Amino acid sequence: MSAQTLYDKLWQSHVVHTESDGTTLLYIDRHLLHEVTSPQAFEGLRLAGRKPWRLSANLAVADHNVPTTGRAQGIADPISRLQVETLDDNCASFGITEFKMGDVRQGIVHVIGPEQGATLPGMTVVCGDSHTSTHGAFGALAHGIGTSEVEHVLATQCLLQKKSKTMLVRVEGALGMGVTAKDVALAIIGRIGTAGGTGYAIEFGGSAIRALSMEGRMTLCNMAIEAGARAGMVAVDDTTIDYVKGRPYAPKGDLWDQAVTDWHTLVSDADAQFDSVVDLDAAAIKPQVTWGTSPEMVVSIEDKVPDPALESDTVKRGGIERALAYMGLQANTPMTEIKIDKVFIGSCTNSRIEDLRAAAAVAKGKKVAANVKLAMVVPGSGLVKLQAEQEGLDKIFVEAGFEWRDPGCSMCLAMNADRLEPGERCASTSNRNFEGRQGPGGRTHLVSPVMAAAAAIAGHFVDVRQLQGS
Amino acid sequence: MDKFTRIDGLVAPLDRANVDTDAIIPKQFLKSIKRSGFGPNLFDEWRYLDHGEPGQDCSNRPLNPDFVLNQPRYQGAQILLARENFGCGSSREHAPWALLDYGFLAVIAPSFADIFFNNCFKNGILPIVMNADEVDRLFKETVATEGYRLTVDLEKQLVTTPGGHGIKFEVDAFRKYCLLNGLDDIGLTLQNADKIKAYEERCKIEAPWLFV
Ligand code: SF4
Repeated sequence: MSAQTLYDKLWQSHVVHTESDGTTLLYIDRHLLHEVTSPQAFEGLRLAGRKPWRLSANLAVADHNVPTTGRAQGIADPISRLQVETLDDNCASFGITEFKMGDVRQGIVHVIGPEQGATLPGMTVVCGDSHTSTHGAFGALAHGIGTSEVEHVLATQCLLQKKSKTMLVRVEGALGMGVTAKDVALAIIGRIGTAGGTGYAIEFGGSAIRALSMEGRMTLCNMAIEAGARAGMVAVDDTTIDYVKGRPYAPKGDLWDQAVTDWHTLVSDADAQFDSVVDLDAAAIKPQVTWGTSPEMVVSIEDKVPDPALESDTVKRGGIERALAYMGLQANTPMTEIKIDKVFIGSCTNSRIEDLRAAAAVAKGKKVAANVKLAMVVPGSGLVKLQAEQEGLDKIFVEAGFEWRDPGCSMCLAMNADRLEPGERCASTSNRNFEGRQGPGGRTHLVSPVMAAAAAIAGHFVDVRQLQGS
Repeated sequence: MDKFTRIDGLVAPLDRANVDTDAIIPKQFLKSIKRSGFGPNLFDEWRYLDHGEPGQDCSNRPLNPDFVLNQPRYQGAQILLARENFGCGSSREHAPWALLDYGFLAVIAPSFADIFFNNCFKNGILPIVMNADEVDRLFKETVATEGYRLTVDLEKQLVTTPGGHGIKFEVDAFRKYCLLNGLDDIGLTLQNADKIKAYEERCKIEAPWLFV
C-alpha cells in the first residue's frame, strides 16, 4: 500500500460505504452536543419517530448560554434558559449523558471532551460547532457540522462526506520565550489567510509542534477553522498518550494496551504526499496581536497598525480601511500604544489549566491597570476551575484585580450576559474578532493568555517578553 | 418524512410574485428551538393585523380579512398555487417547515427559488414547476369555483383538474424516488443500516475500546 497521511488513515478506517461519485458514508465515533444547535435535530428525530443509533457515542453539555456568575439564581434571559432546559429535556428523554449546569464536569464542549477522555486518538469526532477542529489535536478526525447533520449523526451514527485535500503546516525549531501555541496559530493564519485552508484538512507537524503540550496542540487545532480548514490535526506521540491515560472515558487495563499499540500508528508515513505544504520557522514567530476584524488581520507586538495607503490592491485597501474604522484605530500606531477597556481570558481556544497558569504567572503580585474596566478569567470547565483553585491561581487573579468566573463560552460570543459595550476594546484569548462578536460595536484583539494578562496589567498591549525578561 | 404518492387536495391561490422566505416565515420566529409549530405563523405579516412574536397564542390575534388564506373557503387547503420565483430570499429551512406544519403538501408555481426548492424535497413537500399559462388557468378556475380541488399524482407526474384536464410536470428521478418512498437523507442512509451494523461489528473486534 502506498504511503498515507494521518488524514488518509483516519478517513479510511471510518468508511462504511462509498458511492460511485466518491460520496462516502463515514462512521462517527463521538458526537458532542450543546444547547444551541441541537434542539431542531432532536425534534426532527421525534417527528420521524426515530431513536439515536448508538446512545453511548453521544455526550452533551450546555455551554454557550450559561451565566458565569450567580448560577444559583439560574438563567435570567428566558430564551437562553429555554435553550438550556430544552437540552436537559432532550437528553433526559432520549437517554443521552449530559453534564448539566450544576455538574463540576460542565464546561465548554471542546474542553470537556478531551478532559473526560471522551475524545480519543483515532476517533472521528463531530459536534454542531465549527471549533470541533480542536479535537484533532489527539490524532482524531474532528470537524463541525450543521443542525441537519446533527440529526443525521444522531439517527445513523454516520455522515455523508467527501474527502478533503491535505495540507501539512510544518513548524520547525524552538519557540522563543513568551511565544505560545496561540501565536503560532495566528502567525499561520496571518501567512495563509482565513481562506488558505479552505477545502483542506490541515496536519500540523514539525519539531515545534511535537514540543507543544496537548493544551497547546488543542489551541492550534481549534484555530484551524479560522484558517478555513474544517479539520486540523496533530499526529499521536507520547504526549498524546500520557494526556489521555487515566481519564474517565479512556480505556483501561488490557484494552488500554491494545489501544496504545493502535494509536502509535496514527502518524503520517514518512514519504506520504500532501496536496500542499507550508513551512514556518518557529524561532521567527513573535507574540501576535490582531488589529482588524478577521483573524488574518494580525501583526506582531513589535509592529504597527498597517497603513491602507501602502496597499496597492484596492479591494484589500478597502478592507483595511473598513476594519480600522470599525476598530477605531489610526494607521501606523504602534501596537503597544493601543489602550484597552476589557480583558477576557477564556474560550475553547485558551481556557485550559496551562493557559490559566501562564496568565497567572504574569499577573502574580501585579495589579490590573486603572483604565481597564473589567478583566475576567473564565475557566473552560468546572474541573479546570477546581484544579486552578487547588493551585491557588484564583487568588493570584483576584488579588491582581481580575474577576474569577464560572465556566462557559462567556464573552467569546456574548450569548450570555458577558459582553462588550459599543466601542469598548478588549484583549481576548478567544478565536474570532469579527464585528460584533463580543457584543454589538465591541472591538476585539486576539492574543495569547500571557499577552492578555500583560495587557491587563499595563492597560495597553505590551510585549510580554519584556515583562518576563525583567 | 411521510411518503408522497398521490393527493387529492383543496387549492388555495396566492396571487403574488416573488414571495420571499421572510414573508413565508418572518425572522423573529427563527429563535425557536423547534422545527414544528410554525404553521400558525405562516405568512404572519400578511395574515394578521398585529405584529407577531414567538410564543404568542395566535388563536385570538386579529386576522386580516383581505388575506386569501383567511377566507373560509380555503380552510384545509393542501395545495398552494403561487406565482413566479416563489421562496426567494434567505435559505431558512423554516419556510418549508411552516408550509408543511400549516398543511400544504404541494406548491405549484411557474418558478421557484433554488434553495427553497431543494429544502421542500428535504421536508416532503412537492414543488411543481408549471408553465405560466397553465398556472394562470388554474388561478382562474380556483377563484371561480368554490371547493376547487386538484389531484397530484407523483408516480405519473400528472396534475388533473376537476374537469379532467391533465397537466404533466417534470421532477428529478432521484428526488421522485425519495419522495415516493418517504426517504430524506437520513432515510437514505438508513437503507445502508446493514452496512453500518457490519462496520460496527468489525470495529468491535479491531478497536474494542471504542465501544465501552
Ligand atoms: S468558546 Fe467560543 S468558539 Fe468555543 S464553542 Fe464557545 S462560543 Fe464557540
